[in-house]
Amino acid sequence: MPIANSPTTVPVVVDEKKCIADKGCTVCVDVCPLDVLRISEMTGKAYMKYDECWYCMPCEADCPTDAVTVNIPYLLR
Amino acid sequence: MDEISSGLSEVECDILVIGGGTAGPMAAYKARKKNPDAKVILLEKANVKRSGAISMGMDGLNNAVIPGYSTPEQYTKEITIANDGICDQDAVYRYAKECYSIIEELDKFGIRFQKDENGEFDVKKVHHIGTYVLPMPNGDTVKKALYRQLRRARVMISNRFMATRLLTGKNGRIAGAISVNTRTSEFLVIKAKAVIMCTGAAGRLGLPTSGYMFGTYENPTNSGEGYTMAYHAGAKLANLECFQINPLIKDYNGPACAYVAGPLGGYTANANNERFIECDYWSGQMMQEFHNELLSGKGPVFLKLNHLHQDTADHIEEILHTVERPSRGRFHEGRNTKYSETMIEMHISEIGFCSGHSASGVFVDDNARTTIDGLYAAGDMASVPHNYMLGAFTNGAIAGEHAIDYVKDMEFDEIDQGEVAKEQERILAPTKREDGIPPNQIEFKIRRLVNDYLQPPKVDKKYELCQSRLAEVREDMEQNMMVRDAHELMRATEASSILDCADMAAHASLYRKESRWGLYHNRVDYPERDDENWKCHVLLSKQDGVMTCEKRDVKPYIIPINEDEKDAYNNQRVQAQA
Repeated sequence: MPIANSPTTVPVVVDEKKCIADKGCTVCVDVCPLDVLRISEMTGKAYMKYDECWYCMPCEADCPTDAVTVNIPYLLR
Repeated sequence: MDEISSGLSEVECDILVIGGGTAGPMAAYKARKKNPDAKVILLEKANVKRSGAISMGMDGLNNAVIPGYSTPEQYTKEITIANDGICDQDAVYRYAKECYSIIEELDKFGIRFQKDENGEFDVKKVHHIGTYVLPMPNGDTVKKALYRQLRRARVMISNRFMATRLLTGKNGRIAGAISVNTRTSEFLVIKAKAVIMCTGAAGRLGLPTSGYMFGTYENPTNSGEGYTMAYHAGAKLANLECFQINPLIKDYNGPACAYVAGPLGGYTANANNERFIECDYWSGQMMQEFHNELLSGKGPVFLKLNHLHQDTADHIEEILHTVERPSRGRFHEGRNTKYSETMIEMHISEIGFCSGHSASGVFVDDNARTTIDGLYAAGDMASVPHNYMLGAFTNGAIAGEHAIDYVKDMEFDEIDQGEVAKEQERILAPTKREDGIPPNQIEFKIRRLVNDYLQPPKVDKKYELCQSRLAEVREDMEQNMMVRDAHELMRATEASSILDCADMAAHASLYRKESRWGLYHNRVDYPERDDENWKCHVLLSKQDGVMTCEKRDVKPYIIPINEDEKDAYNNQRVQAQA
């Protein structure tokens, strides 16, 4: 059976103006225990690639430029 | 990143520690401290900096045995009673005697514990009998402090490698493990003279009621690999039918009340604002009363703090919203709920395996040894009951110090390259398919079935139905699961662990023909506790390829339990006042 792409709204939001991933920073990607963040090849900024979040917040707490915000996933809000 | 590559490398070490959360770093650290020449590898699926159950931090120690407040004898007695008598006391007693020195050591690492105005540890009473709860005002520093010590002890850390199977050697001893990189799918075989497993709970077994697959109580990265690997290697697992089920904030996976709010006057109440349980310490008996209240018409159940002074309620809120689960404040903000104003709705968590909270774990003795020579286990996945974070630290230390002596003069046991090839083929099978079922759907279906059929109260017919439905999913998983990148391959491998754990949960539950541990093993077809036939461990293992259970006697008690004490935890319900 073919695979569809179902849309999902993701809880982790990155402020691209503050994110310095394009300067080589990978802190949020490194510290996520679920490994769901990536650096976009298009923008050079961090983003949430997989909607598999424990909303535990190391990505936000450890970000050196306060670029990351963790929201509560919509399903349990 | 995430493209599937092929590759296989091999390394050797004296001790391989699998899992970089709480017990694992402590085991690796203690092993290196005792023998600085030993080669110790710490393998971690994510990154040791923020991995495991205590990723962000911890609000407090739930089971600190501190001179002047409690004794090892009293603690051992309390846990024996809380666990309905099924307890090899030697491991609990050893923990209770050694945990204070670990607290002092953690204090030196910079993880400070709450002290009173006289500089003494400020221990609180939450349990039914004794006083063991010690708040951690800077509990957000735990992982960072541990990481510093690992670097100082020069432990070799391998992040992003997920162990998938243990290797036993020609002599039946442990010989190492096979792991796969979570971002490249490359394999790493680690030959080791001893292996210490610290892979945490099986926390992704049941499905949270919100339907969000990763909104579990346990860190969802803890998907039960330790249980599965131990099983396939032939180790015995103890009392898996003693599920972990916790009282949580409804829809939010933060713990509710007992350890933080309890000592300050908070409690669990029903919809009539009434207290209905005597003691908020988490036990199966307490969860049974919680469950009864939910169904009684007096539910739902609430965390009640709105009777407290505004400052006290605000203080509790501040702790709960900053240290262990800081997104909790955001959850309440979204719901417009303030602890000082309204009672907070609570609910029952999904089921899991976790001896840290209950007693379901890989069977270990008082030296953290499993039933396989050279294989150790510590923390949430090892069978020492109710051992929590301090148990993970203490038993991790015990494992590390014992293993480092064990490997002295020990040779590597020879591994079977055929096993390695077979495991590579098993793991990579979903990458070879052009078309099929993605791992998230396989996982969702397993966990939905777990909720539908395995969630207590346990009914025989439902359990049998579940077993046949899970067998169908297994066929889909083995024949049709398909992944597109290395990250999905990690999830696919986890799905297979989750399915194994679901099978083990069903099998062990059906074997123990009685009810015990309150809600954790409430068996409708055998509603009474039967001490005559079942005051024993149930050990599950793979015998000639088949899942098998056996009884094992509980070791004679070191600390005797009086007849009038043994049911203390069965009297949880608040009695009507005369």
